[in-house]
Amino acid sequence: MVVFDKPKSLSPVPFHYCPGCTHGIVHRLVAEVLDELDLCGKTVCVSPVGCSVFAYNYFECDMIEAAHGRAPAVATGVKRTHPDNIVFTYQGDGDLAAIGTAETVHVGARGENITIIFINNCIYGMTGGQMAPTTMPGQVTTTSPYGRDRRIQGSPIRVCEMLSTLDGVAYAERVAVNTVPNVKKAKAAIKKAFQNQIDKKGLSIVEVLSTCPTNWGMTPEAALEWVKTDMIPFYPLGVYKDADVKELNPTSTKEVNE
Amino acid sequence: MAKKVLMKGNEAIAEAAIKSGCLHFFGYPITPQTEISEYMAKRMPKVGGLCLQAESEISAINMIMGAAAAGSRCLTSSSSPGISLKSEGISYIVGCDLPCVIVNVQRGGPGLGGIQPSQQDYYQATKANGHGDEHVLVLAPSSVQEMAQLTSEAFDLADIYRMPAMILADGALGQMMEPVDFDVMSKRDVPEKTWATNGTEGKRKKNIINSLLIDPVELENSVIARFKKYDEIAEKEVKYEEYKCDDADIVIVAYGITSRICKTAIAAARAKGIKVGLFRPITLWPYPKKQLGALADKAKHFLVCELNMGQMVDDVKVATECKKPVSFFGRTGGMIPSPDEVLAEIEKLAATL
Repeated sequence: MVVFDKPKSLSPVPFHYCPGCTHGIVHRLVAEVLDELDLCGKTVCVSPVGCSVFAYNYFECDMIEAAHGRAPAVATGVKRTHPDNIVFTYQGDGDLAAIGTAETVHVGARGENITIIFINNCIYGMTGGQMAPTTMPGQVTTTSPYGRDRRIQGSPIRVCEMLSTLDGVAYAERVAVNTVPNVKKAKAAIKKAFQNQIDKKGLSIVEVLSTCPTNWGMTPEAALEWVKTDMIPFYPLGVYKDADVKELNPTSTKEVNE
Repeated sequence: MAKKVLMKGNEAIAEAAIKSGCLHFFGYPITPQTEISEYMAKRMPKVGGLCLQAESEISAINMIMGAAAAGSRCLTSSSSPGISLKSEGISYIVGCDLPCVIVNVQRGGPGLGGIQPSQQDYYQATKANGHGDEHVLVLAPSSVQEMAQLTSEAFDLADIYRMPAMILADGALGQMMEPVDFDVMSKRDVPEKTWATNGTEGKRKKNIINSLLIDPVELENSVIARFKKYDEIAEKEVKYEEYKCDDADIVIVAYGITSRICKTAIAAARAKGIKVGLFRPITLWPYPKKQLGALADKAKHFLVCELNMGQMVDDVKVATECKKPVSFFGRTGGMIPSPDEVLAEIEKLAATL
């Protein structure tokens, strides 16, 4: 008999997310991985500012709610204090790739042995649909009402491609959760990103192409289709870096001295 | 006899922090406090601690937030422009009720200002480190010995009250060398950090470190609870020094490096028969309101002396309930008055009494 149950690492409360939003899927995948690797008791999650700001209500591990964009710095403070804790950040595109770009780049440069779950849905959700650093060329948002014009508003940032150039980044993969096969691949990537941290391999980031039907002005079904027809061609799925950079990410002076 | 070490003020802060059990330092270079980072970079690896140079002041204060949340005794230091960058993080740390120590070795402002000593961040430190109804403990040393001593006290206070404590120094104190005795560090009992986020180990409910309270009723209650704690601190933790105030007609109110210039001027004025004393707040927040106010019945005039344009004047007027006139003398932008300049001001005042 197959019983579909809630992962133990998820709190027994309903999500606040909009219908068709894929945050719920990603939360569940993270929780399943924490269960399967038996990590919940030693994990500290740093949640962002954005739609997933209430993540501290949803995961059963210890939680810190960081300022907008600062989760990687906060996570650094935790990990450097307790190198044996499993530390992950859960961040959206505005948080990670706009206001927190410096924190993102430097957590990679330092090769912090943490895991980043990065939700890219090309828009600011919580504030009601403004242009994100990942908003696609031509995409209409409330602050790019005529469509993002690259000559005026600049071009989107491809985070995995950018971070894969940094020596300290061990693993960068872009996945999507718009189809069942993609969800399975996404889970495998998230699991690898946590396993890497257990193995002290260096910074691991999984970028998840996600949906925002509410602010995209689409039905949930149409939103899933848009991921396929528009997002994936612009943000190709795949592994951008997979390396063991353990040598570059000492997490304590004790380890260095040894 | 205790062994004294000749040290720069900045180094004394760093060493005192290590002696107080600080194992994590996060900072970013800025004059005139960089010696703290440099000292930490040398010493921390030797004591099994960590000195990490962040990519910005913003990151440094957020690393502090993470380390403090994880239960570490941690320190960050900066100078005026860098403290402005930290203000967001300070507000969050207050909102999360996390202990940490922040050092501001002040320089001249506004903007990039200059690199000479100033006390121009008095308002910022005592009234508005960040957004929201919030305070941090503010300790103002006036010697290298106090740089060390107050740093160790700041760690204990921060842990006891679960809030940030700031050492508000200035470039002169940071750079000057004096003998320090490290045998007199604070050793108060501090509570266990059962709230820390360091993994549940499946043995307790999750801990949440958070400053978001979306329900205004809940948020109001949390702010009120914090202000009750502030009242308790104001009652118990005020520190100050009175110097020759008993018979003083003129009471100078000064803190930090300025108080020492004033003491020299007071000696010269007393030699000329002018009855003048010094009231030195050591905690700038909480302010020694009652203690200063008690002098308002005896003294005829208060003279506030600072390295700014008179930021403490309001606090003196409130403390003394404007019972006696309060005037101001100061230099700003990195300029330091000589004892003779302060003496001239005292003589000018004495002539009017």
